[in-house]
Amino acid sequence: MTTMNHEALFQALLDGKLPDAEGRFGPFGGRYVPETLMPAINRLTEGVYRHLADDKFQRRLHEELTGWVGRPTALAKAPRLSKRWGVEVWLKREDLAHTGAHKINNTIGQALLAQALGATRVVAETGAGQHGVAAAAACARVGLPCTVYMGEVDIARQAPNVDRIVRLGAKVVPVTSGDRTLRAAINEAMRDWVADPDDTYYLLGSAVGPHPYPYLVRELQAVIGREAREQLMAHSGLPDAAFACVGGGSNAIGLFHGFLADRQVKLFGVEAGGRGQALGDHSATLAAGRPGILHGAHSMLLYDDDGQIQETHTIAAGLDYPGVGPEHSLLQLVGRVEYVTASDTEALDALEECCSLEGILPALESAHALAGAKRWAKANPDTRILIGISGRGDKDMPILDQYSASTSDVDGGTANAAA
Amino acid sequence: MQPREQLRQALTLDGAPALIAFITAGYPRPERFLQVLREVGAAADAVEIGVPFTDPMADGVTVQRASRTALQNGVSLSWIFSQLAARDFELSAPILLMSYLNPLFAFGFRRLAERAVETGVSGFIVPDLPFEECMPLKTELDAQGLALVQLVTPATPAERLRKLCAVSEGFVYAVTRTGITGGAESLPEDLADYLAAVKRASRLPVCAGFGVREPEQVRLIAEHADGVIVGSALLEALEAGQPPGEFLAALRP
Ligand SMILES: Cc1ncc(COP(=O)(O)O)c(C=O)c1O
Repeated sequence: MTTMNHEALFQALLDGKLPDAEGRFGPFGGRYVPETLMPAINRLTEGVYRHLADDKFQRRLHEELTGWVGRPTALAKAPRLSKRWGVEVWLKREDLAHTGAHKINNTIGQALLAQALGATRVVAETGAGQHGVAAAAACARVGLPCTVYMGEVDIARQAPNVDRIVRLGAKVVPVTSGDRTLRAAINEAMRDWVADPDDTYYLLGSAVGPHPYPYLVRELQAVIGREAREQLMAHSGLPDAAFACVGGGSNAIGLFHGFLADRQVKLFGVEAGGRGQALGDHSATLAAGRPGILHGAHSMLLYDDDGQIQETHTIAAGLDYPGVGPEHSLLQLVGRVEYVTASDTEALDALEECCSLEGILPALESAHALAGAKRWAKANPDTRILIGISGRGDKDMPILDQYSASTSDVDGGTANAAA
Repeated sequence: MQPREQLRQALTLDGAPALIAFITAGYPRPERFLQVLREVGAAADAVEIGVPFTDPMADGVTVQRASRTALQNGVSLSWIFSQLAARDFELSAPILLMSYLNPLFAFGFRRLAERAVETGVSGFIVPDLPFEECMPLKTELDAQGLALVQLVTPATPAERLRKLCAVSEGFVYAVTRTGITGGAESLPEDLADYLAAVKRASRLPVCAGFGVREPEQVRLIAEHADGVIVGSALLEALEAGQPPGEFLAALRP
């Protein structure tokens, strides 16, 4: 596989041949887990392929997606943003999905799978808390107990979501080790899973981790791009470009998969540029990283010359991760998707604009997609663009309040009045 | 003799169980690393030197703490190699490096194998590298006669157990229970059957560990295995200022 040229690799992806039997997307992917987990990983892999291909499982999933999640989510034209930016803007509204983000597409699918595989408990990690909330809700829905690991730093900055997770009946375990954010939470969830791989189901929240997770999460999130493409075709036709934020990369891979074969559609993944370009000041894994191994996968990664994983910074807790899903590493390698960054400030500005012009408060993560799109729109007037609004920003109120308090000239009414 | 063959022989003792001691490199203090290594090496039959890593996903709190402290004190794989190269004593106990994959990958597998031979390292244990993914590293280690020790666990199915035992070098690392390193729980009840199965599958010495801290546990494991591996408990003894040689001697039945 690794010797295939880029075009052949991309074609293999389009043909549904990746990941291959070893869980590889070309040179990326794989299963770098402790031996204790290998039997569980092998059982899970077998179960994933069997159930995803099973009509009964898919019918059940479809029922939940329509009746409980609220799919299809709307595709909204954004007239005032369009006017401001000089392009035709369409927003895929994952913020309207149950619990307020795309994360629910994945958790309900995996919760049904956990149930089908006979697990007796579920563990999950969370960064922004959106995956934690979605995991708690999905586990309640299928009747499985759920434990959510969450870094202390994230517990402090995404407090509204911590309360929701608990309210939905899950247990939150604060993670005090490592960097006390998403990455440390994944380590802790894996340690829990290693202790009881037979009965515990690990409900991973992004398109990262060992095979089969990047595949499983992509399949469950692909509904975003499928719907968006259909909705756009019914209105105005294919977009010139599509944008999604990339943390681990689950909402982005879901959106991109709808358009991979439409080569005229430019695809952009927007990573968190944070406060600067030095290691430790951003979470721009694809823009600034190199291949390495973390959390079960060979993928692009931020680490130093000794192989030690770097701390990351961004105001968006859900993007605060030094790794990225292996399929994104492949899409970058073959040149099908371009990965760019948006800084903390650009994201905050885009969030304000989306609030005041469209009456939509996006998550800080999603604001990165808006910011990346805005920059591109300036250079490409009169185009049609699609932006993935991966979630809503209610959870970010504490951070936004802090930011407003620290900038004296913020006046919520200005943008409204001027537009 | 190949380094991995030396490792196998060092762990093949007549009657008495072999003792493998794990230390995190440069813990508690980097300036004492070679002194600790010397004392531990004199009291054990093989030494596992832990390369600290930021994300030790298979380790419990003790090794996590040791790893973090060592990193804060500037310990790295290159530092470990330079220390080993600079030592002025020989050890009869073979040295293994225990490391997560990314520090080894960042170093480069070929250079890693060369540097290991130069500095007297016999082999590697890599907790996040299952057999399915090990070939790129194993090929380079094989070329230098170095061991890549395979781990087996109570969750490993019979056929997989045979395969892992067949490809392991130096010894077979039998993890005594599913879970992470450290912890204070007692040994699992079906330990004897499990270790007997590993012994049957293996042509190499079988050494067992994870959570071993009492002489009584060492005695119990030694009834069914060729050697015992002690890690977290040794680190805790070092933290408490106990001479490591003394702690290890007291563990031997
Ligand atoms: C709203 C929202 N968008 C995006 C992300 C980033 O995750 P991913 O890159 O997997 O879509 C998160 C993660 O918490 C999130 O909450």
